[in-house]
Amino acid sequence: MIRGVKGSLLAAVSLALVGCAATGKETASAGDKPAEKPVKFDKDPYPSTYKGYPTRLTVVKGVTIFDGEGGRIDNGSIVMTSGKVDRVGGPDMELPTDADVIDGAGKYLTPGVIDIHSHLGDYPSPSVDAHSDGNEATAPTTPEVWSEHSVWPQDPGFSRALANGGVTSLQILPGSANLMGGRSITLKNVPSRTVQGMKFPGAPYGLKMACGENPKRVYGGKGRMPSTRMGNFAVNRATWAKAAAYKKKMDDGKAVDRDLAMETLAGVLSGEILIHNHCYRADEMALVIDMSKEFGYKVSTFHHAVESYKIADILAKEGICSAMWADWWGFKMEAYDSVNENIPLVYKAGACTIVHSDDANQIQRLNQEAAKARAAGRRIGIDVSDEMAWTWLSYNPAKALGIADRTGSLKPGKMADVVLWNGNPFSAYTRPEKVWIDGALMFDANDPKRRPVSDFELGQPGEGDVK
Amino acid sequence: MMRALLLSAAALIALPAAAQDVAIVNAKLVIGDGSAPIEGGTVLVRGGKVVAAGAGVAVPAGAQRVDAAGRYVTPGIVAAFSRVGLTEVDAVSGTNDRSAPRTRFSAGLDIAPALNPMGSPVAVNRASGVTRAIVAPGSSSNLFAGQGAVVDLADDMDMVTKPRALQYVAFGEDGSAKAGGSRAATFLLFREQLLAARSYARNPATLAEWGNEAMIQRADADALVQVINGTTPLFVRVDRAADIVNVLKLRQEFPALKLVLVGVTEGWLVARELAAAKVPVLVSPLTDLPSSFEQLGATQSNAGRLKAAGVDVSVGVFDDDDAHKMGYATQYAGNLVGLARVPGASGMTWDQAFAAISSVPARAVGMEGSIGSLRPGRAGDVVIWDNDPLELGSRPTAVWIDGKAQSLTTRQDRLRDRYATPQEGALPKAYDR
Repeated sequence: MIRGVKGSLLAAVSLALVGCAATGKETASAGDKPAEKPVKFDKDPYPSTYKGYPTRLTVVKGVTIFDGEGGRIDNGSIVMTSGKVDRVGGPDMELPTDADVIDGAGKYLTPGVIDIHSHLGDYPSPSVDAHSDGNEATAPTTPEVWSEHSVWPQDPGFSRALANGGVTSLQILPGSANLMGGRSITLKNVPSRTVQGMKFPGAPYGLKMACGENPKRVYGGKGRMPSTRMGNFAVNRATWAKAAAYKKKMDDGKAVDRDLAMETLAGVLSGEILIHNHCYRADEMALVIDMSKEFGYKVSTFHHAVESYKIADILAKEGICSAMWADWWGFKMEAYDSVNENIPLVYKAGACTIVHSDDANQIQRLNQEAAKARAAGRRIGIDVSDEMAWTWLSYNPAKALGIADRTGSLKPGKMADVVLWNGNPFSAYTRPEKVWIDGALMFDANDPKRRPVSDFELGQPGEGDVK
Repeated sequence: MMRALLLSAAALIALPAAAQDVAIVNAKLVIGDGSAPIEGGTVLVRGGKVVAAGAGVAVPAGAQRVDAAGRYVTPGIVAAFSRVGLTEVDAVSGTNDRSAPRTRFSAGLDIAPALNPMGSPVAVNRASGVTRAIVAPGSSSNLFAGQGAVVDLADDMDMVTKPRALQYVAFGEDGSAKAGGSRAATFLLFREQLLAARSYARNPATLAEWGNEAMIQRADADALVQVINGTTPLFVRVDRAADIVNVLKLRQEFPALKLVLVGVTEGWLVARELAAAKVPVLVSPLTDLPSSFEQLGATQSNAGRLKAAGVDVSVGVFDDDDAHKMGYATQYAGNLVGLARVPGASGMTWDQAFAAISSVPARAVGMEGSIGSLRPGRAGDVVIWDNDPLELGSRPTAVWIDGKAQSLTTRQDRLRDRYATPQEGALPKAYDR
């Protein structure tokens, strides 16, 4: 579904020095100037240093399993070894005898929740001005900024998302003040001293774009373009046209100067960087789809997408995901036509359906948002099983982020990103009991030592509290 | 009880004819006062008021009989702290009457004429089971924000249940910004304005004598006099533990103040003081991030710990949304039930949690006798739910307010139906019904 995912994974993993001319041959320049070397650059200059925390051979048995791809096993078991899902099966599956065994009777086991839309770290708690690092609102297009350079790993929100929400991976996006807000980064939700220590190894970069009210308000308010929706498109198209020309120069071995903005956009045009487009209104999404075709890129996901239900057929045909809230509405004009059935209507149309948060509180209960959406669907006759609804929380966001080959479902060989819930996770009365990331037990409701406390919270009222 | 029944008899005469006598039978009946649900219960509403609720209630001839088929039947949700009715689209300023940052008035502001019962948030909240709301103004240009109201969410033009039901003021960081940049300025400004109002009450001529030096306008003084003498409850937004303690001390100089604390994020740190002061609190219970330095101790166990300490705890939704999603009250109350199962955490029982979104907020605003539960004499605000109301995605199947059956169809439902199968139609959408 997402073009270029595999290629980008390879590129990122191999830390390839990428240039316009793989042979390194020099291009002749006109006149008597000395020949200039075509630009070469490292596509992964801030590489992931993530290593999973220590793991143990672990079995959870007798548990209800949603596998994240729509499968369900009652009275099931999982074996996790060396950070991976080894196997998942029913009561007859053979289990190792030397493992830590957890009885899952009455409990539920799912892949970890993946939030495709978070600003943890770049709008951290406490939300003081000194921490406001999510919008480089000084120019309407800033594809040269990278959200990872704003992420504060000590944001207490990460551990809340882990302990209360069972979130194991998340995409940190720049804000939506800009038409092109900058690169996003996908993180494993683990405590680390550095953002590099959280970076999901090999995950493709994303580019955050934004439609509608925000860019035109921010820049119109400064008396500059864009101040209208048509201005939004004009600035975007001019920028894409420039990017296409830059990419051609790169491809022809004629690009000689680094241009961080153009490198990001060229990465989008070559399919290595995925577009995550904040867009509320159906008519604007349809225009963005045409713009993407005009310049030859693909939108991975429309974010917020409160009107996806109006064009769910088009989104299904185009293979574009919608990342949505269950019921947010009314806070601005472009959120006025929200309906509680948006998520199930998109699902019913066969389009890629994702539940997202965009919020440091709601990321702690995305399972509850999915439950509300599922119930709204059922009320209008859309039959959504629990196990299918879980695809909105793990496998679909993993697909949209280009990491579904490694996480997002409980298939053998995938990362053991797993949550054990103390009841059905679609109940308000249920909370995570244990959370594993790459097979390492990162949260345990029964063990205060498995409750991460950030530097900021040390020595503050309530340090180490249940939160 | 006797007084409530007499009042209800008087109110009966004034009620509109549309209120019907209705008996909802075969209910899993939740009274809303913290008692356990009653299987096979009946609630009888006559003349817009609850006249009886429980097991073995006889259905009189002439009353409409509604079979709840064993479903939950509860009082309507009381939104503990909200701006419902004051805004349609937040970012469209012409529709948004939450705050009046450029007015010359403050405490004297009265939100009643700003309420819009026809706004879509009223219908959307009603369809999620909210029948009453405590509505407070957001802020003015001065320290006091003005007077809020208790409202109903019925499908009619008369929204105000009780006007001037509260005065609202923010202490902490917000109050400091209003007062001049320091908490010291907040407390002094608060005191000086109350003293000015008291002088005015004793001798109205003083206001004219002060002239341009007056701390407050006449209308503000009128409102603050009602605060000083305890007629109007004073709702105070306050979060930091030390600020809470200092706000409680305001009663040393103004002993009649009827304080209700809002937010109270670090309340669990001073739970004993709050309980001893017998001051009710309204909390947004899932606030658990140190989103400011006055909320460092934030925890979802705050509500449960306060309740356990003997504080009257109402549960609201105001830290996340205060106008459009009041229906989250049931979800948040359900989360408190879930928290009770988490080792080391504090939550509430189901019965306590439901009371915290119905009768307890009614009590906080001094209206326990007239709304918020299905005890006799209360308003006939009744909801039949399709499932456990504190569970995710449960919705009302029927709602009565003051005994009148309510429409549960919203603008959102119309949009949903229009796009159930999205496609270009044979006719423009205008002709779709």
